[in-house]
Amino acid sequence: MKNCLGIINLSEEEMQIQELTSVRPIAGLPFAGRYRVIDFMLSNMVNGGIHNIGIFTQSKFRSLIDHIGSGKAWDLDRKITGVSVFNPAFNYNKIVQTHGDIEHFYQSLDYIKYASEDYVFLSRSYMICNMDLKKAFAEHLESKNDISIIYKKVKNEEKFYGLDTLNIGMNKLLISIGKNTGKKEKIDLSMEMYIMRKDILVRIIEESVESGNSNYLKQALFQELVNYKVGTCKYDGYLACINSNKNFYDANMDMLDMDIYKQLFNNERPVFTKVKDEPSTIYRENSDVKNSLVANGCDIEGEVKNSIIFRDVHIAEGTKVTNSIIMQRTKIEKNCSLNNVILDKYVVISKENILAGDKKIPYIVGKNLTI
Amino acid sequence: MIKKEMVALILAGGQGSRLKGLTKNLAKPAVPFGGKYRIIDFPLSNCSNSGIDTVGILTQYQPLALNAHIGIGKPWDLDRTRGGVKILPPYMSEEGGRWFKGTSNAIFENIHFVDTYDPEYVLILSGDHIYKMDYMKMLKYHKEKKSEVTLGVIEVPWEDTYRFGILNTEENLKIYEFDEKPKNAKNNLASMGIYIFNWKKLKEYLIKDQENPDTNYDFGKDILPKMLNDGNDMYAYAFDGYWRDVGTLESLWEGNMEMLEKDSPLNIHDRTWKIYSRNANLPPQIITNNANVKSSMINEGCYIDGEVNKSVIFPNVKVGKNAQIIQSVIMPNVVVEDNAVIYKSIIGTNSVIKDGSVVGDKELKEITLISNEDNGLFE
Repeated sequence: MKNCLGIINLSEEEMQIQELTSVRPIAGLPFAGRYRVIDFMLSNMVNGGIHNIGIFTQSKFRSLIDHIGSGKAWDLDRKITGVSVFNPAFNYNKIVQTHGDIEHFYQSLDYIKYASEDYVFLSRSYMICNMDLKKAFAEHLESKNDISIIYKKVKNEEKFYGLDTLNIGMNKLLISIGKNTGKKEKIDLSMEMYIMRKDILVRIIEESVESGNSNYLKQALFQELVNYKVGTCKYDGYLACINSNKNFYDANMDMLDMDIYKQLFNNERPVFTKVKDEPSTIYRENSDVKNSLVANGCDIEGEVKNSIIFRDVHIAEGTKVTNSIIMQRTKIEKNCSLNNVILDKYVVISKENILAGDKKIPYIVGKNLTI
Repeated sequence: MIKKEMVALILAGGQGSRLKGLTKNLAKPAVPFGGKYRIIDFPLSNCSNSGIDTVGILTQYQPLALNAHIGIGKPWDLDRTRGGVKILPPYMSEEGGRWFKGTSNAIFENIHFVDTYDPEYVLILSGDHIYKMDYMKMLKYHKEKKSEVTLGVIEVPWEDTYRFGILNTEENLKIYEFDEKPKNAKNNLASMGIYIFNWKKLKEYLIKDQENPDTNYDFGKDILPKMLNDGNDMYAYAFDGYWRDVGTLESLWEGNMEMLEKDSPLNIHDRTWKIYSRNANLPPQIITNNANVKSSMINEGCYIDGEVNKSVIFPNVKVGKNAQIIQSVIMPNVVVEDNAVIYKSIIGTNSVIKDGSVVGDKELKEITLISNEDNGLFE
């Protein structure tokens, strides 16, 4: 896939996940003990042989840029190509400010146009999966379609409501794209990943800006699809959509299921992330840890059950943590009890506190807070 | 080339034969330590944290794993445009090729490397000790004392003095005598193998020493005593932190176990003086419902389904159901199959402990080493 450019579009829907995304985009959400959401798509691309990747951010890009850095962790600190981050530029001289992301792509169109690659893999970050992109790309080339959309056939559940669904006809060709209203039992869920020739994407962006019909790249794509031969490409592995608090919580908890864990983490296609040089986690004499995922650098004196513990977390003696997600560098002092809780980074829970949420509505403590 | 005030040289060519099978395919500085590190990470991180950005590493014995580990020095932030880390192996020249004959000969053969940076001082380190030290404080002391050579020293228990190179000093820590492994020691300050030299002076002695037909090409035996006899001002710099030579299986095991103590003297979790290493970049460790982990350190990529007690587990280790690991050091990529039991052992990289086997001394007295041919790289 050397001949393919990767684009990750981070204008993502945050309405259902506001507490955790007030300080970062969805792409920057911590996930599975040491990762951020964007690591999965970046790793998919890198493992698929894509070495030229453009990340188109919206707002709140500070932490994301800190995370990506030079791209070293993904082997993307390349002299030739590598990773580029495009932040939206605000033109204060403009009389009319535009909404959406299409303007942003148009401003950076040179990057796409002048890249030496002939194809483009366009994606978002919030669909977490470990996908063999080489296979998908080969399928696209073989089909001779103009555009391929990747989808997964799923049993319809609440977590997929509101997402795009594909209506697929003969020869795996796309008939139309709709929204999942929850009426159907099984749906072909669009993973919002597209493979196409680069000049098609450029034409779609240019035409959309010219006609003024779309604010978003997604709208533009939908409008233009009728003009192209669009095929579909099926994905069968694990998929999580990080677009709501509940989905975020559930997807993290999914990692305690070894079958799912193995689908996401394997030696063949490893998931890369920024390294932190943390020492090993130390489990003290009176600690009691069961069925949990624990990252490096932690100091555990208390009890941990069915939980995801990120890097450099301290859980003091007498404290019980169950069914919870504890993010990086939080401190939980003595004799606390936490159940169905999400603690964001740098939170401090002072001694003898009891926090409890519900499996459906986990209790969330925002970044930097002390309780 | 830009001038540097001080250049560090790490002697990393040693075999470490007292570590037995662990160093069969591996130089001693590359031996894994502390749950994720290799021994050389400590002096390298100390250099980086002290603000020393030019480091030469002298290699000789089994350098593959060491070279692969160091790479361009990225993990220690030593991948610099000017300076940075350089690996200095023995080499061929017009006069032919030769191995390094000893510690001082190794530096002698690399005089041109040091001269490139035209430094005032050189810091000579050994790549086989575990400690955290700010070398800049030592350099400040060296300058204040107007010393020609400053040696890092540490107080050792009087009963252990016979195992160390002891320095006899005056009240102001000026050295007047070297006492190598004394039977009746007059002092309990042991040399840590950390030296700061004024480069011009050292260079002069290195060149002179090569011409001496009786030389052992050794800092401790030749260079330092000669400098002292000639009346150069030499001072001891007393270091009061944690320092450990992990050159034997016993001391390697003990060093690992000390990290499990409540207020571990090494304090590896201290964020103000991080120890850097090449990171495995593996997913978090999994502690299953069957697991029972107490007083232990575990690293990423591990899958723990059995019992782990008072042990140090390196990255990517699998511990099967009903397996038991007691007071042991388990190096990277080891698989401990179901029902296996390990007592007080060091298990080398990439080993497999088969289902139901029992390894080590049940009485927890002797240390057992399991190592295989394939103990070099663990990337």
